[in-house]
Formats: sequence, C-alpha cells, structure tokens
Amino acid sequence: MYRIVSKKLLNPTVCMMEIEAPFVAKKAEPGQFIILRVDESGERIPLTVAGFDREKGTVKIIFQIVGATTLKLNALSEGDFIQDFAGPLGVATRVEGLRKVLIIGGGVGCAIALPIAEKLSANGCEVTSVIGFRSKELLILEDEFKAVSDKLFVMTDDGSYGERGNVCVPVSRILSEGERFDEVIVIGPLIMMKFAVEAVRPYGIPCTVSMNPIMIDGTGMCGGCRLSLNRDGEKVIKFACVDGPDFNGYEVDFDEAMSRSAMYRDFERHAYEETCNLFKKKGVNK
Amino acid sequence: MKPNMSLKKNPMPSQDPKVRARNFKEVALGYDEAVAIDEALRCLECKNPACVAGCPVNIRIPEFIKKVKEGDFEGAYNVISETSSLPAVCGRVCPQETQCEAKCVRGIKGEPVGIGRLERFVADWHNAHSEKTPECAAPNGKKVAVVGSGPSGLTCAGDLAKKGFEVTVFEALHLAGGVLVYGIPEFRLPKKIVGQEIENLKAMGVKLETNIIIGKTLTVDELFDMGFEAVFIGSGAGLPRFMGIPGESLKGVYSANEYLTRSNLMKSYENEPVTPIMKGGRVVVVGGGNVAMDAARTALRLGAEKVYIVYRRSMDELPARREEVEHAIEEGVEFKLLNNPVEIIGFNNPDDPRDPKNGFVTGMKCIRMELGEPDEKGRRRPIEVPDSEFLLEVDTVIMSIGTSPNPLIKTTTEGLEVNRHGGIIVEEVSGKTSRDGVYAGGDAVTGAATVISAMGAGKLAARSIAEFLLK
Repeated sequence: MYRIVSKKLLNPTVCMMEIEAPFVAKKAEPGQFIILRVDESGERIPLTVAGFDREKGTVKIIFQIVGATTLKLNALSEGDFIQDFAGPLGVATRVEGLRKVLIIGGGVGCAIALPIAEKLSANGCEVTSVIGFRSKELLILEDEFKAVSDKLFVMTDDGSYGERGNVCVPVSRILSEGERFDEVIVIGPLIMMKFAVEAVRPYGIPCTVSMNPIMIDGTGMCGGCRLSLNRDGEKVIKFACVDGPDFNGYEVDFDEAMSRSAMYRDFERHAYEETCNLFKKKGVNK
Repeated sequence: MKPNMSLKKNPMPSQDPKVRARNFKEVALGYDEAVAIDEALRCLECKNPACVAGCPVNIRIPEFIKKVKEGDFEGAYNVISETSSLPAVCGRVCPQETQCEAKCVRGIKGEPVGIGRLERFVADWHNAHSEKTPECAAPNGKKVAVVGSGPSGLTCAGDLAKKGFEVTVFEALHLAGGVLVYGIPEFRLPKKIVGQEIENLKAMGVKLETNIIIGKTLTVDELFDMGFEAVFIGSGAGLPRFMGIPGESLKGVYSANEYLTRSNLMKSYENEPVTPIMKGGRVVVVGGGNVAMDAARTALRLGAEKVYIVYRRSMDELPARREEVEHAIEEGVEFKLLNNPVEIIGFNNPDDPRDPKNGFVTGMKCIRMELGEPDEKGRRRPIEVPDSEFLLEVDTVIMSIGTSPNPLIKTTTEGLEVNRHGGIIVEEVSGKTSRDGVYAGGDAVTGAATVISAMGAGKLAARSIAEFLLK
C-alpha cells in the first residue's frame, strides 16, 4: 500500500498527489512513468511522473479526472492509501548535451513537461516554454514554468488568458523569425502533438514527443501500447512502455495512435458514468 | 493389493463441453478418493521406474502412487513435495503425455497410468485437508533474491527455503504467480490453486515483494548491495511478436499476452469488469501453441459466436498439447489448418472520417498453404499456394505466434551475456550465468516453453545456488 502524502486540485479537473513510494522516488527521472491501481479490484493505469523527492521518498503525479479510475483516485484524501504503485517505467527523457530547448506543453501534458524543463534548466540549458490550455480555468503550473523558462508563452484557445490561439501560433512565429533550438519537446494531447510536430517539421529541428497509449503491465509483456513509426519509409512497430514513452515526433503515426486510443471509448464512458452515479449515491465529494 | 489391469485410465470427470464453453469454471473436475485408489492400482511399481526419468523434476512417482494405493494421501503429498513445489499446478498443466506418462510401461499395451491426474488429486487433497507445510532446514543466514514469481521463480524459492535460505521473491506485477496468473486461464488452472501454492511458500518463510520491476525499480547489482548473496532470474518470456502484416494495429487486434492478461489477471471476464476486453463477435486466433488454445477457449467463454484457429501447418505439426486441442475442438473451436494470414482488414467509411466504427477489424485475409520439404529442424516447411487468398470475416484477431525476450534486465545488468535471440546464457548443468552469483532459468533463458521445464530450471538453479553459497 502506498500513502497519499498530499493532495491538491490544480484546477477543477486536474489533481496533484504526492505518493510515498521510496523505491520509485529513488530512481525516477523526468519522462518516465508509473503504473497504479487504486484498489484491489482496480484497473492498471499508467501516469507519467510529474516530480519526485528522493529524500522524502515521494513521487508526484498529476492527473486529469477523465475516467472511472481517475475519478476513484480523486475521491481519496491525504493520508489514504492506494493499492499499487510500480515504477519507474520507460526510458527517461534525454537531456544530456542540450543547450537550447523549446518545450511545448498542452493541458495536463504540462505536468509532464515541467520536470523536464526543470531538469534542463538545472543543467544550464536555455529553455523556451509554450504552454496551452482551453481556457483560463484550466491553466496549471504557470508560476512553475516561469521559474525555469527563459521565455514563456501562455496560450488559451478562447483567449481568456494569455494569448489567444493554440500552441502552434507562437511556435511557428518564433521559428519563422529565425530562432533555432537543439531540440523541441512536445507533450500534450495526441492531436496537439500531431500539429505541433507539423509546425516544427519544416525547420528540421529534432522533435521529441511523449506518448501515453493504453497499457496494462507497462513492462513490455502485453504489447497493447504498440505504435507505428514511419522510419525512412518503412513501418516499424514499437512498444511505448519499454521503447518509449519518448519518440521521434517526425516518425510517429499519430492518426493510428488516435484511433487506437479510442478502442474502448464506449466502455470507458459507461464506466465513468457508473462511477459518477455510485459516488453521487454514496455522497462522495469530488 | 491386486493391481488393476484395466487397459484404460480412469476417465477424468469433466464439465460437459457445451456447458463449459460458456463458463470460466475448471474444465476437469478431478478424481475422488475411490477413483484415485483404483487408478493408483494400475501402477506396477517398476523396479527401474522410467516415469521418474521422464519427469523434469524427477518426482518419485511409484513411491507416491504406492501411498495413494494405501489411502495415505498426505504421505503421497510428502513424497511429491520433496521434489516439486507446485504439485497442484503441475498436475493440471504439465504435458504428462510427453513426459512421465510417455515412459510408463502400462502405455506399451493400453493407456499409461494417469500420473498427472493422481498428482493433482494428491495436491488437492492436501490443500483441502492439511495445514501442514513442508519442513524447512534451520535458517543458514544467507539471503537469496528471486526475480519473477512464475513457475521457475517459485520453484527455486521453495527449494531454497527448504534448504534454510532466506528468500525474497520480487514480482513486477501486482499479483504473484507470473504466467500462472496472467496467462493460463481460470478454466484450466483456477487462480485459487495458484494462490494456495503461494501461501504454502509464504508459510515456509519465503518473502514476496510485488510491484518491484528488477531492471527498473532495482537493478541486479543493487540486490547484491542490499545483502543478497545470489540472484535467480526467472523473469519470463517477454515481448509479444507480431507478424508484420498490414492492419496489425487496427482496433480489435491483440497479442495473446494482452488478451489473456486482460481476461485472467485483470478479470475482464467478470460481469462488471473494470478492465475492458472485446467480447462476442467472431474471433480468430493465429498460432498453434498452448497459448493459442487458451486464447481461443477464452474467446468462446467471453461469448464469441465463432472462434477460429489459423495455423500455417497441419494438425500433425500443431505444437499444443493434444488434450488442449481436443478440448478446443469439443468446445466448438474451428481449426483452419494450412492457412496463413496476409492482411488484417479494418472498417473505413470514406465519407466520414469520424465514424466511430472506423479502424475496427472486419476481417482477415488468409492464403492457403501446403507442406514442402522438411526444414533443418525436420518440420515440413509451409509454402503458399498461389492465388488462393480468401477472406475470413472476424471482429477480433489474436496473434499467438510467440514472444521475444524482455530487455529490462539485460540492459541494466552489466556482464550478463545473452544469445542472439536475447535469451540469457546459462551453463546447462548449473543454471549459472556469465555473472558470478547470478543464475537464471525458465522462459528468460529458453524462450517460450512449458511450466514444468521452467520448474526444472528453477530446481537446478536452487541446487547450484546452495552449492555456491554453502561451499
């Protein structure tokens, strides 16, 4: 069992928790993920590490309340325990040798992008960050990004905060003005990553994306997280759990990844509604 | 006592095929005491028992059967447990027909003694009637780490615990048992049985740590730093293979590992599952091994209206156990032999890219095969019959064509040598790897094989580790 050391809602749909998991905290690096089960009959879900404290032995997770499992997780409080918490899994984001990096985060993806930005900044790398949200209410981690970025662009789709538009707007502008980076790192919803990669592609700058497909074991055993890369015209199948979650954005078949991510959409919607109803009956606070 | 000279084994009481094909309860129901004694009386107690040599862990078979004849079932259990740590499991999933029973003299004229059925009976009797755990030697103060809680790891742990070692088993998943819990389905090996065997090990002092992925959470080197003096790696087979044909990423295509893990470990077969799985419809399983049979029979029980097995060779080459194939046929699985998939077809609405049906499997294109000359292994090579393609209409495709080794341990353990297939290299006589104090066995070494061969490897390694640490 793993104790919830602290819990905080970052916005109405995004929750941050610090979990006591000393073994994971000792090894975790930005870009890696963990797999958790909320309770004994729960499903296994992967969540990318949003931070860690090696001395305290805690790992930070930030999750959007989108399905039955995240709803149940969010119903727990500080001091409660979650059943399983295993990791760190996957390969850490490569940061060595990078001197100037553009980080693009979308929505809750910003939670995963932040520790990478922090690590780059600590390494003396120049960091430009572009973070985007649907609207002002959904904005998270602005101050944290400000603290580690040399330049920060905050975007909202509806213009309720920062600049109006999606993340591609400032990215295209910066790049067309001639600014160059050693690497671009994009983390967010699949559709956002797809378009961000296309915005960067004409400039040929190495572009890394972080994939978060459906997974069960997270150790390579099930193959459910497979995705297709187009490598020099040839299709290559990779497993996000052991080969990723970071991949070369230019190679990833995003359309296939989007299709696969919707495989259980009806089931998931039903499970979410059932859990909502159950909580309403029991009077559990959201 | 007069021997029972019947040429036939006592039949195994089983659920009716039509009924069992729709439930997840165990297919074989097991002997009762009277039938077990009657079957035991078929054993002639050979002076030089060939069956013992045929068993990968050399259970003293005539000795335990003699105890069954006498009605001393606990005595029989004690004989078995001296050499086997998981008798209730082996009695169910061992391929006895190619091992102990293949060597039985009664099999020369008639059927061999039902050794597997008797082993199962004895283990179940013990679990139902006795709290006693096998005796362990006094603690010798030496710590051994076992990586993986599948059949090789559990066997190695059990044997070492009996010899007085302090054993900790590290499991990556949330539940111990390895392939016994994520792979082999409930109807062939109830999870309760595996749980009982694991409780037996715990009662012997074996510690179990779940959610620890060796190679990630901890490395092999860190285990030594933590005070373990030897490490056994039984991490299993690893990554599922795909064919590399078009359409394998469509929705509705699973690896057998994923399909079985969803159903078994995550209990998707329950009425209100929390982990989804595609149920019903038409299902095709590609491959001819035991895992393919498990997947096909699981699909039936999940409510499939039609289940096919597509295999590129003929019935004679099918690698699965005969009994599993027969069960599958009885339950209504249709074998499409001498066929090979060439493409998986998905739904595509050209007028509406947002059609939710887009990207789901609608069929699998196959080509007929014929058998040509034998290859280097002596198996006749399948060759495509030109212009013989046809479409099988299905909603779910399950690829069961094997696995390749998991890279997690080898990439984080310096000096651990692997072969060109990625399997860990060990000395055949000892299970010792290229690293001092590190031993390995089971599928991590051999690639996908059987539960009992993994147990044999775990047993061998336990003996070598004891010699190494007590010398």
